[in-house]
Amino acid sequence: MKRRLPWLLLTFFLGLMIAGLLLGEYKMVLEKAVTVCLDCIGIG
Amino acid sequence: MGILRKPRARRAWYQGFGALAINAWLPNWLSGQIFQGKVKGVCVPVLNCYSCPSALGACPIGAMQTFFAGLRFNLSVAEKKFGLYVIGLLGVVGSVVGRMPCGWLCPFGFLQELMHKIPTPKLRVPRFFSYFRYVFLAALVVALPLLIVDEMGFGQTWFCKWVCPAGTLEAGIPLVLLNEGLRGLVGFMYYWKVGLLVLFLGWMTVSRRPFCRAVCPLGAILGLFNKGSLFRMGVDDEKCTLCNKCRKDCPVDIKIYESANSPDCVRCLKCVDSCKYGAVSYEFLGKHEVSEDVRVKTPA
Repeated sequence: MKRRLPWLLLTFFLGLMIAGLLLGEYKMVLEKAVTVCLDCIGIG
Repeated sequence: MGILRKPRARRAWYQGFGALAINAWLPNWLSGQIFQGKVKGVCVPVLNCYSCPSALGACPIGAMQTFFAGLRFNLSVAEKKFGLYVIGLLGVVGSVVGRMPCGWLCPFGFLQELMHKIPTPKLRVPRFFSYFRYVFLAALVVALPLLIVDEMGFGQTWFCKWVCPAGTLEAGIPLVLLNEGLRGLVGFMYYWKVGLLVLFLGWMTVSRRPFCRAVCPLGAILGLFNKGSLFRMGVDDEKCTLCNKCRKDCPVDIKIYESANSPDCVRCLKCVDSCKYGAVSYEFLGKHEVSEDVRVKTPA
């Protein structure tokens, strides 16, 4: 029997990822990632 | 022939290569700057601090907290930024391979395996510690960044700020050593995080991958997909003799014969090699490999 669950999950999360990209979330991640994160290094 | 037979024998090389590939912008280790290319908006599927000088990608846990910490402000100004990109990306990775990146690519996981090779008395991590990583995920990654906000509506990245030893090791220590300006800002938080890192380093030498098992929120997320991913582990109950050899070799100390797709499993596939009774197998997109049954070759 073919398992459908992984394919359903994959489709759902792929959809979420594409929706996030369309909403411009990539840019928000990029903005955060190219700045030194003071919280991460223990100074924030 | 198993698709992962050869790579499995060289997993440490894959882990080393993964650590290097994710942190490939090495000149920054001399300049004390962080990489700022556009590719850095891509989240890597492992816990790797984006403030590491040579990091090429973004940490998904840091990015996720940033979305949650900014959600209330963004909603107040009608900005539609919900973190779907990061959640979706982790879901895609999880639906395909589950927690496999932890076992094959994660630099911090690799460090823990190396530290455990230091000859010291060894201690087991109690099994109930596995639940703590869900507490870290729910409280420090989701709830606190969302709920505790300033007057503008911004929360904080609680896990990065108070816990993440990967950030201290990969970014905190090197950036403070390399930047005089940052050295002047060192205070209680810095020493807290360095102290926590030292504790984790000590724990790694005596226990197997304790951070992955008890703390890592990324492992908690990816582990939830282990039961429903395309990549599947399997154990043949009829062949399994409960000899426990798989557990002795397992880097996360699990009994795979009790739950083949346990959320704790990092899918390093050591158990496939360990089992001499042909009981452990994996399956991916129609490819299937079963551990070798030595009894077939050496009948009693």
